[in-house]
Amino acid sequence: MALSHLKSSSSRSNLLKPLATAFSLRRPISTSTDPLTIETSVPFTAHKCDPPSRTVETNPQELLSFFRDMARMRRMEIAADSLYKAKLIRGFCHLYDGQEAVAVGMEAAITKKDSIITAYRDHCTFLGRGGTLLEVFSELMGRQAGCSHGKGGSMHFYKKDSGFYGGHGIVGAQVPLGCGLAFAHKYNKDDTVAFALYGDGAANQGQLFEALNISALWDLPAILVCENNHYGMGTAEWRAAKNPSYYKRGDYVPGVKTLDLGFSEEFSGHLPGDSFEYAFRAWLESVFLNEMKIVDGMDALAVKQACRFAKDYALKSGPIILEMDTYRYHGHSMSDPGSTYRTRDEISGVRQERDPVERIRKLILAHDLATEKELKDIEKELRKQVDDAIAQAKESPMPEPSELFTNVYVKGMGVEAYGADRKEVRAVLP
Amino acid sequence: MAMSTGLRRCGRRLVASVCNNREVSFSTTCQGNNVIQQLQHGQLQETGKSLNLCSAINQALHIALETDPRSYVFGEDVSFGGVFRCTAGLAEKFGKKRVFNTPLCEQGIVGFGIGLAAMDNRAIVEIQFADYIFPAFDQIVNEAAKFRYRSGNQFNCGGLTIRTPYGAVGHGGHYHSQSPEAFFCHVPGIKVVVPRSPREAKGLLLSSIRDQNPVIFFEPKWLYRLAVEEVPEHDYMLPLSEAEVIQEGSDITLVGWGAQLSVMEQACFDAEKEGISCELIDLKTLMPWDKETVEASVRKTGRLLISHEAPVTGGFGAEISASIVERCFLRLEAPVARICGLDTPFPLVFEPFYVPNKNKILDAIKSTVNY
Ligand SMILES: Cc1ncc(C[n+]2csc(CCOP(=O)(O)OP(=O)(O)O)c2C)c(N)n1
Ligand SMILES: [Mg+2]
Repeated sequence: MALSHLKSSSSRSNLLKPLATAFSLRRPISTSTDPLTIETSVPFTAHKCDPPSRTVETNPQELLSFFRDMARMRRMEIAADSLYKAKLIRGFCHLYDGQEAVAVGMEAAITKKDSIITAYRDHCTFLGRGGTLLEVFSELMGRQAGCSHGKGGSMHFYKKDSGFYGGHGIVGAQVPLGCGLAFAHKYNKDDTVAFALYGDGAANQGQLFEALNISALWDLPAILVCENNHYGMGTAEWRAAKNPSYYKRGDYVPGVKTLDLGFSEEFSGHLPGDSFEYAFRAWLESVFLNEMKIVDGMDALAVKQACRFAKDYALKSGPIILEMDTYRYHGHSMSDPGSTYRTRDEISGVRQERDPVERIRKLILAHDLATEKELKDIEKELRKQVDDAIAQAKESPMPEPSELFTNVYVKGMGVEAYGADRKEVRAVLP
Repeated sequence: MAMSTGLRRCGRRLVASVCNNREVSFSTTCQGNNVIQQLQHGQLQETGKSLNLCSAINQALHIALETDPRSYVFGEDVSFGGVFRCTAGLAEKFGKKRVFNTPLCEQGIVGFGIGLAAMDNRAIVEIQFADYIFPAFDQIVNEAAKFRYRSGNQFNCGGLTIRTPYGAVGHGGHYHSQSPEAFFCHVPGIKVVVPRSPREAKGLLLSSIRDQNPVIFFEPKWLYRLAVEEVPEHDYMLPLSEAEVIQEGSDITLVGWGAQLSVMEQACFDAEKEGISCELIDLKTLMPWDKETVEASVRKTGRLLISHEAPVTGGFGAEISASIVERCFLRLEAPVARICGLDTPFPLVFEPFYVPNKNKILDAIKSTVNY
């Protein structure tokens, strides 16, 4: 369906026109919490449930915080890129720029008592949970001040005090864990839920379906969030998934998609082949370059709406899948230029038409909540915050060598190394 | 020296002769890539060109597909060449029906390979990193290994070969560095093979693919681009379950496999300077392993040191040690030494402490000889 549907439904005026504004024009930056209602230009698509409303409640303060949070994430990831190129970050490093709306929109809908678990693309999710820039850069550079004390690195960020369960390297493995978290939430009876995030590539791992079945069987408050950035490494989603409508893949489990590209309807059933790929590209380009004026998966407000809906749903009726239509600007990891399996036009098209930070910027300007200069100043200040955090992180020492042997087991059952160059090891039982 | 991997490692500092790019990469700019491109364009026809380990594997796969129309190569991103470029050019040459990408699902990939092999095909499977073989552990241990046995020889999946890159690369961290070979050596019915150099890799891979048993072929990813040597152009196979004495010596026997041998070779070299003569053995096949060659060597030297990157406890070194003590108890003049990875998860920033580097081996050689 959606291609034609999008043509008719997406229009710039929807974005720019406030539906209900209860504030007066003012200077300086608005900190008002008076309600502001904004309609997503594209409706949600739902599977086995009624879709959430297109009308999103927000307020000037929230919009500005969205801007600030996403711009901070963006700046952080760009800085990580530079640090990597300067060889201050080594090993594997997966950046999130482009996908910020998911982290920020999700946080706006839930509390820190809800838990989140994700894969290795975890820097911004961590920041969203209240992690600091210092912890991020320290961890990236393997320093003591890092959120995992320098022992985890890019793929393994955690924050226990706000329910962030990390940071997992094995694709798909975090999803059953997320369902276990949901079981614990249900036991606690405190109206909290677990969000398990995974990619479009991970969506094809068998354990996902095992986890879904268990969650559905026991009505667990588990929200599976497929961050569909359309590629798993170099593999486009349609090459790997017979049905790339990830929000429907739970079959008996309801799902919501924040935007329906019409992808599955038009393209599932086609066998991948060269001519197909060509057609797909042309289609994608036409959609991204010409049609996508407002795209929910890149829209923090739509994400917020979907996550709030999902939380309510999950508490009442059990698991639900959210498919976030999103995009990563960087390559898969630092060694992937990200341009061999997709065109530069595709990337710049998304940047121009769908960028999550720019979208909020436009919204703020359209509603006259701040001036262009004020937003620029915020970005300048964020840049300084990031630079300061990096400088501070560089001062943090590397972990003590003895830390190599801690946390393997609980203290007292630890493996110990001894001998002149610590090459002999023994396990100590309590 | 008998072994010419064309690479020198001092401890863990590399002095690479080819290319320093140790990143996992979709499109590396190393010399190795040019070789692959040349191969694709059929420009590399003479025998015995210098090849790196990645290109040698690529050549073996070309030959395997060429010589057996019932052979298939598949795994995550392999039709694009794979993250290490080992399968570059195969899909173009042999078509997408024989060389194809799979979704991200290791258990499915291996199970699929077993089924394909059960109908007399050669399924050459790639698991992107050895660290990701664990989702497929059940298929390997319970399905592949026992198919022949439990069906009274009606069925088997001997055509299955699982290629997977293993080992430390300097900064791979917890999930891009592990050496899980010992898990699979505990499973009768599976063969485990680890090559040390390009020439070995080509010959051993072709043997593994054509072997009538399922084989796990661990590729030392550290050496993909670093190890370069002359590799015969033609189709050849090297025997499985046959170890090789790659350097003769009289004071101590050193046993290892894969990338670790180049570290051990360095230690031998330094020990030599101190007047200790080391015999270095490449085990090549870990399961079933060549006890006789190791035994004969230990009978000569009276001392044994085993080295591997995997954690020492329950590592394959333990099995070698126990077997040799059984066979050579009275001949041994010192306890068997094991210089291996520490009993910790594979660390990120602590890799230099974790790995069994040259100095640790050298110290152990000296203390074993002076026991
Ligand atoms: C079990 C397992 N297999 C393979 C990999 C290698 N790998 C890491 S990320 C990735 C692609 C995942 O794509 P997707 O789930 O779409 O997440 P994205 O990277 O797009 O965020 C692959 C194949 C892995 N880490 N774990
Ligand atoms: Mg993806």
